[in-house]
Order: sequence, then structure tokens, then C-alpha cells
Amino acid sequence: MATAQSRSAARMMIAPAVFVLLVWMLVPLCMTLYFSFAEYLPMRGDKPFDPWIGFDNYRSFLTSSSFMSSLFTTLWMVGGILLITITGGVLMALLLDRPMFGQGIVRILVIAPFFVMPTVSALVWKNMFFNVDNGLFSYGYKFFGLQPYDFLSQSPLLSIIIIVAWQWLPFATLILLTAVQSLDSEQLEASEMDGAPALSRFRFIILPHLSRAITVVILIQTIFLLSIFAEIFVTTNGAFGTRTLTYLVYQRVLESQNIGLGSAGGIVAVILANIIAIFLMRIVGKNLDN
Amino acid sequence: MARAIPTRQKIMWTALAWAFGLLMFFPIMWTFLTSFKTEAAAIADPPVWLFFDWSLENYATVQERSNYPKALMNSIIIAVGSTLLGILIAVPAAWAMAFVPGKRTKDVLLWMLSTKMLPAVGVLYPLVLLAKYFDVMDSRILLIVVLMLINLPIIVWMLYTYFREIPGEILEAARMDGASLTSEILYVLTPMALPGIASTILLSIILAWNEAFWTILLTTVDAAPLTKFIASFSAPEGLFYAKLSAASILAIAPILVMGWFSQKQLVRGLTFGAVK
Repeated sequence: MATAQSRSAARMMIAPAVFVLLVWMLVPLCMTLYFSFAEYLPMRGDKPFDPWIGFDNYRSFLTSSSFMSSLFTTLWMVGGILLITITGGVLMALLLDRPMFGQGIVRILVIAPFFVMPTVSALVWKNMFFNVDNGLFSYGYKFFGLQPYDFLSQSPLLSIIIIVAWQWLPFATLILLTAVQSLDSEQLEASEMDGAPALSRFRFIILPHLSRAITVVILIQTIFLLSIFAEIFVTTNGAFGTRTLTYLVYQRVLESQNIGLGSAGGIVAVILANIIAIFLMRIVGKNLDN
Repeated sequence: MARAIPTRQKIMWTALAWAFGLLMFFPIMWTFLTSFKTEAAAIADPPVWLFFDWSLENYATVQERSNYPKALMNSIIIAVGSTLLGILIAVPAAWAMAFVPGKRTKDVLLWMLSTKMLPAVGVLYPLVLLAKYFDVMDSRILLIVVLMLINLPIIVWMLYTYFREIPGEILEAARMDGASLTSEILYVLTPMALPGIASTILLSIILAWNEAFWTILLTTVDAAPLTKFIASFSAPEGLFYAKLSAASILAIAPILVMGWFSQKQLVRGLTFGAVK
């Protein structure tokens, strides 16, 4: 029973959160937008700042070959990680849902990688597994009499995909497992009684039930994966075709200090992320109603 | 109709699940084992698994590295500080949205979540510029504020979902009895909301502890937390696997334990309630 008084009190209570988030969102974003139309080279002595050069930054950012390649790298990276985590996550969730001994412990083991900080997992994989001289994988190759494979310089993109997929597979598993467990077991048992083979049970009952959870996992992961940074930072530093859009913008802004160009790239990244965010928001919004 | 599950099948699933579980956990296990080895044993060919001279030396060495204790302190202060600040701002907001919902509540909530979708690189330079302008570059307070703002939408969201489960009738009864807004929050709501707040704090600390974009780019030395400290190992100096392992285990152990306790909250917090 909300009175006018409690309404205004409520508004006062929400205000701080809304205010700080509004400032957080608007001030830096407007500055980026402003810089994206400027020529801004703080490291150059002669003419470091020209507040208006029109769409030149956007033109040169969007037409540069590094933008196109970074876009493809981003697509491959996000796509590869999604493929591994969704496929693996569905299988793992179904597996963990089976009757077994020590289910709780297995769950803990599977989830653990998600809590490892990105710099740790990237460095552990880089040195202790991928390293061509002393990595564990190299011993494996040597054990079978094969030439050790230098993962990070021969397949750098795949290496990063493996590292990040290892971190996010637990997330997909956990959420899909939650969805699997809410499945109506009577329906499954009935179809089993009717003699439906396992594959068609999966195709016609389990998969449709999971479709919403899968969509959510895809959207949330995409938003986080678009801004992968630390894993690239400590492994390849953006070299060998592992420069994603996020990393390209970071390099333009902080390494080459071309603020105008980097800001235009930043705005492009914001727009791309927003397209995905709209879909996610729609699903979340629908869920709020019921 | 419940059926007895054949033991043989159960054993088969157990074996398969444990195999996958151990496979996923293996990199952490291997890091753990390596952290007790000598540097020579860490790169022994063939690899040594369990039978080596276990020693705590690496942990001592890492502790002595002058910047480790500082990085640990920074991590703790930044993670806890940003979480508490976030809770302070989020609790009233979530309370109001859960118990005095208006026409706009849903929009406000969704808008808050949408700020989480903003790619960090989009605001990277302005933030560096502002930090320099206010002379807070490489300071803990800067990271506390930035990480609070990053996690605030999730904190508000989680608290909101918890608060909504508290029956409104209880609050109305308290109001009928003449409880003021303050005492209503303090004596009625808080005890019921504590478990939810605790879970939220846990998740927020985990997220802040592992955040590795702003913590790397906005710090150099003074405020550098463990994420940055570990990143400094990317330029190896001689034999360092065992030391890297020890430092890694020290950095992830507390969060791993907290994470295991908050599995369920993770689903709630990171899917924004879209999966139940």
C-alpha cells in the first residue's frame, strides 16, 4: 500500500544509485563521443588538439585494414568460445544431472575455473601448458615421439580460445544445469517408456526446454567476451592475429595515443555491444513481468 | 513413477563425470602441485606428479617479494571497499524498488542493467583523463569507485530479487504497528534480508577481486592489486614456474573457496534472473 509519502521516500532511496550510474554512463561516454570527432594526439608537440575534424576518425578507423581484421578476430574468438562452451556446457549439464556418487564434489571441480582470475589462468596456460620447451603439452607430444607444437606462436588465436573457454565452460554448465534440473522428469520418463530413443528425447524434449537458457548464456557470454582483455594482454599482447576490437581500441588509445581515432573505435564498440544488449534486455524484461 | 537406477549405470556415470570434473580441475591441481616443487622439479622431463620433495619455499619467496603483500592488501581493500560502497548505495534502491514499485521501476531496473553492457574500452581514455585531472591515478580510491560502479547494477539486481521474496504483508503489519521507515528497515527488513545481502556481498567481492581490465590499466605500482601483480610474471626472469604457481595459488585460493559457497547466487546474479 504505497502512499504518496512512501513514494517520494522511495524515489529518494533510488536516486543515489540512479545518479551515480547516470554520471558513470554519460560523462565518459560523452567525452569519448566528443574526442571521436577531434584530432587529439597528446604525444605530438606541434598541434595536439583540433576539436572538430568531422567524421575523419570514423572514416579512417572503419576503412583501416586493422579494423576489418580485428572484427574477424573478434568474431572467431567469440564464436569459437561460444561453440565450445555451449556444446560442452549442454553435455556437461546433462552428465552432471545423471545419478552418481559424489555429485556435489564433481560440481565443485567443474565450476572452479570460473573463479580463477583471468591473469592467473592466462599465465598458467601460457607457461605451464602451452610453452614449447617446458609446457606439459610438449611433454605429451614428446612422449608419443612427436615434434612439440608451439601453441601460442603457431595457433595463437586457438590458444586464447582454449584459455577463455576453460574459464567460461563452468558458467555455461552451471546455468544449463539449473535449467536441466527444472525439466519435468515425468515427461522424460513417459517418453522413455514409450521407447523414444535417447537422441530424439534430447532433440524433442531436452533441447527445446534448454533453448531459453542457451540464448541467455550466449547473450551474457557475448557481452563479457567482447571485452576480453587480460588474457590477450599477458599472452600475445595483441600480436599474431589475436587483436580483437577491444584490444585494437586499447592500443590506439593508450599505446599509440591517437585519442581521436581510438575514441571513434570505442564508439563503434559501444554500438556493436548495444545491438546484442538489446536482445538480452528484451529477454530479461519479459522475465520481470511474470 | 520412480525407478530404481541400476548400480552399474550409476557407476558408469560416476566414472565419466569424475573424469570430466578432474579434467576441468586439472590446471588448478597442476598449479597447486607445482607450487610445492623446486624450480628444477617444476620443469622436470618427464614431469613429476606427486613424488618430489614437497617444500613451502616458493610461498616464502613470493611473500618476500616486496610487492606481494602490498598487492594482496590492495586486492582486499579494493574488493571489500567497492563492495561495501556498492551495498550502501544499492540496499536503499533495491528496497524501494521491491516494496514500493512504481510504473517506472521495471524501466529503471533494466536501464541499470544496460549500463553493465557498456564496453569498457568505450570509456577508457576519458576515465584515464579524469583520473589524472583529479590526481587519483593509481590510487585505491579510484579503483574502489570504478569497480563499485561496474558491479552496482548486479548488486542492485541481486538485492532486488532477494527483497522481492520477502512477503510485503510483514512490512505492512510493522507499518500498522506504527514502525517508522528507519525502524522498519532496521528491525524488520534487515534480519530477513541478511542472507540475501550476504550472498550479494560474496558475489560482488568475487567479481571485484577478479576484475582485470581497470585494475591493470588504472594502476602502476601503489594501488596495483593481485591481478596486476600476477600480470608482471608475463615477462619471465629465469626459472619461475614454481614461484608463478605459488603466487597464483595465493591469489586464487580465497576466491575459490568463496566461489564454491556462492554457486547458486552466481546463477541468479549473472543471469539477471533470466534462468530459474
